[in-house]
Amino acid sequence: MNASTPMNNAILQVEHLSMKFGGLVAIGDLSFTAKRGEITALIGPNGAGKTTVFNCITGFYKPSEGMITLNRADGSSFLLERLPNHEIPARAKVARTFQNIRLFSGMTLLENLLVAQHNKLMKASGYTVLGLLGFSGYRKVEAESVELAKHWLEKADLVDRADDPAGDLPYGAQRRLEIARAMCTGPELLCLDEPAAGLNPKESAALNELLMDIKNTSGTSILLIEHDMSVVMQISDHVVVLEYGRKISDGNPQSVRTDPRVIAAYLGVDDEEVETVLIEVGDENVIEQLDTGPDAAHGPGTSSSFLAGPVTDTVGHSEGERVTVSKGASKAAQVDARASATPRKPSERATAKPAGKPPTAKPRGGRK
Amino acid sequence: MAVTTSPERDTVATPVQRALKEGFYAGAIALGLFVLFIGLKTGQNISNELVVTTRWILLAGVVIATAVGRFLYVAYALPFMASQKIANVATGVLPDSLASRFFRFPAFVVAAVVAVILIAGGSYLTPVLGPFFGDFARSLRALSIVYALACAIYYFRAFIHANFTKLGITVLVLYPIVVVAILSLMSWSVVAGLQGSLKWVDNFGIQILIYVMLAWGLNIVVGLAGLLDLGYVAFYALGAYSYALLATHFGLSFWILLPTAGAMAALWGVLLGFPVLRLRGDYLAIVTLAFGEIIRLVLINWREVTNGSAGISGIPKVSFFGLMSFNVSDSNYIAKVLGIAQSGAYYKIFLYYLILGLCLLTAFVTIRLRRLPVGRAWEALREDEIACRSLGINTTTTKLTAFATGAMFGGFAGSFFAARQGFVSPESFVFLESAIILAIVVLGGMGSLVGIAVAALVMIGGTEALRELDFLKKGLTWGDTTIIPGFGPDFTPELYRMLLFGMAMVIVMLWKPRGFVGSREPTAFLKVRRAVSSSFTKEGHG
Repeated sequence: MNASTPMNNAILQVEHLSMKFGGLVAIGDLSFTAKRGEITALIGPNGAGKTTVFNCITGFYKPSEGMITLNRADGSSFLLERLPNHEIPARAKVARTFQNIRLFSGMTLLENLLVAQHNKLMKASGYTVLGLLGFSGYRKVEAESVELAKHWLEKADLVDRADDPAGDLPYGAQRRLEIARAMCTGPELLCLDEPAAGLNPKESAALNELLMDIKNTSGTSILLIEHDMSVVMQISDHVVVLEYGRKISDGNPQSVRTDPRVIAAYLGVDDEEVETVLIEVGDENVIEQLDTGPDAAHGPGTSSSFLAGPVTDTVGHSEGERVTVSKGASKAAQVDARASATPRKPSERATAKPAGKPPTAKPRGGRK
Repeated sequence: MAVTTSPERDTVATPVQRALKEGFYAGAIALGLFVLFIGLKTGQNISNELVVTTRWILLAGVVIATAVGRFLYVAYALPFMASQKIANVATGVLPDSLASRFFRFPAFVVAAVVAVILIAGGSYLTPVLGPFFGDFARSLRALSIVYALACAIYYFRAFIHANFTKLGITVLVLYPIVVVAILSLMSWSVVAGLQGSLKWVDNFGIQILIYVMLAWGLNIVVGLAGLLDLGYVAFYALGAYSYALLATHFGLSFWILLPTAGAMAALWGVLLGFPVLRLRGDYLAIVTLAFGEIIRLVLINWREVTNGSAGISGIPKVSFFGLMSFNVSDSNYIAKVLGIAQSGAYYKIFLYYLILGLCLLTAFVTIRLRRLPVGRAWEALREDEIACRSLGINTTTTKLTAFATGAMFGGFAGSFFAARQGFVSPESFVFLESAIILAIVVLGGMGSLVGIAVAALVMIGGTEALRELDFLKKGLTWGDTTIIPGFGPDFTPELYRMLLFGMAMVIVMLWKPRGFVGSREPTAFLKVRRAVSSSFTKEGHG
């Protein structure tokens, strides 16, 4: 969508990204842009495909369709979907953390951060040969690496525990260490997968501080998956909302916060509750539209939308009206359907009707 | 309270009462177990008829020993061990440890004096004391030496612990010299001393050091990179056959072929590494196992080159860098060059120092590599492969370098093995060898060089020592009367070594599940180097 954004301003451009696992569409036609020097948050309910987007960006998955362009500060740009997994951090300078922390638990904190500087040290050690023979050039670079590791340990407030095994740290400290480790690769884009998950409010505030510090001092742009709205709303400059692999909203935190589709998707509310929520939000326009007559028969079914095929299933009808075909559980689509005020003929309803059953507010299970 | 307690519950059994009961049960179980194993023995008589011989005395001995052992353990050992954990109420200190009570300084002095006197008068023992008391005095001498040495080790345990590596290397370097010196002193003849040292230097020294080197090589693959390799013996075989074939056909020197054999094995390590890179855990283990078998079967069946099961014999000896040879017929035979007596022991002592040098090279390279980025990447790979990839580490090349480095040391050890034996055949490279090497690595503690060396000493030295247990054949005799009958001249204790091997492994794994040295030494530190507990390190999953 933001194809017109100037190249130097966008660090990451995701265009028409689709990821299918067999018949399951985890991401469907997703496009968004992350700007340089900003914190972009990727939010959405469980199973929305956020981590899949991360895995596509960092090369753990090869996307089925679409293009992911990364523009580095020096002007070079990389098509991430074409790079091998390990070259994405090495050449395109994209680092990531994991939802379930992946530290080298049997190695000390310092060693964790030194492993992160592997490629630099490898080159300095003459691909092991010179290092094995004890050339001094390597020792100098290693001392620099230890300094860099110390710098990030200080930032993460972990320098006192530098010689302890990483597995010995409490959970919150492990999260910070994982971020410090990712930063030691010298990334231009840092992808954080739920960094605040499992943190208490104090740790969460410390994390916010660390992320703002990274953004302000190191010039690294951040792409963030997060459920903790206090983190997202406080620090992010730009929010992209996913639901069932589709983007349902994109904009600054304020605009996203008030987007009825986001609210519906995120809270997973009942039909009646949607209205309540909208009133709370104060979107009068939508309330008016909702008043025009939602029909239960046209409501969502129980099937998950990612089983229902790609977004092209959304067909244009002869009258020019767009009807979403069996977009079962999508709350955002539900709001869309209500927002389109045009009343439908019964015959059309029959064709467009999914296995009708009133939606429920239960949190949806699904792929994670 | 409506609970009625049975009268038996109120009275707490004294340890002796409980021990009597448990001793009785243990004896009953032993009787049930061993009545067929030990009590009856089937054999055949001269006309090929099946005969059953009964061994009730032996059965009774085993059952009584079990019962009495259990009784003593429950009645005395358990209360004693419990009392060791109770601190004195008045002083608040725990009782002296068992070792400090056992190794008393006065006792040490007495033992040392006894040992010195008996060693000095060694040759007069039998004439003065007679055959029976002469034997007794010799046993006393051996005991007092062992006790004095154990005391010394106990008193200096902190020093030994702190300088274990240096002391270990010193002991290893001095070992052949000390063996030859002691044996020469005992027989007052250097030639006899050299001859007698063959067993100690070759069977114990070289044999153990070969396994130390193999286990250190495999440690890179299994212990550091966490890739379970069950076919390591294939690289050993490749190294051995590389040297055997190139030396017999082209007459090349050992010093050229040693690196060649290493390179050859490393190449095959990479070739094996490529297809198995995607495999992890059990699947990797199976494929490496298959690779080991493939190499062995090729060696058996490719008769034109490898001479099949008959093997290759007449492999040339190693020369002393071309300056001196160890062949008696050569003009530059070492005894002729140096003007000393002829002996086969020179070659074995030379080989001992050669394998010691190769071992130290392996250790040096391993220690060095661990502190280089590639070594850290290996360990990181063992800890978490996905995290490695997210940090830009090329896991493919990292795994391949681990395979190649491990294989290279296997190749070195193989070419040394061929030079030492003078003969190689596929018999030497069966799966059991891989299993033993892996067992040494696991028993020693994956990743720990010291632990692995100790494990090799215990496992290989232990199985070699079993060959020395002649008294099991003779039994215990007093003059001409037999007190405990032996197992007879047909009994071969070394056949039981696999049994003991297995039992030792089970016991060690129960006592120390992560091997002798489970903790991990960090490769870098900011303030203080603290060993990482084994509860944090991972074993790797492929």
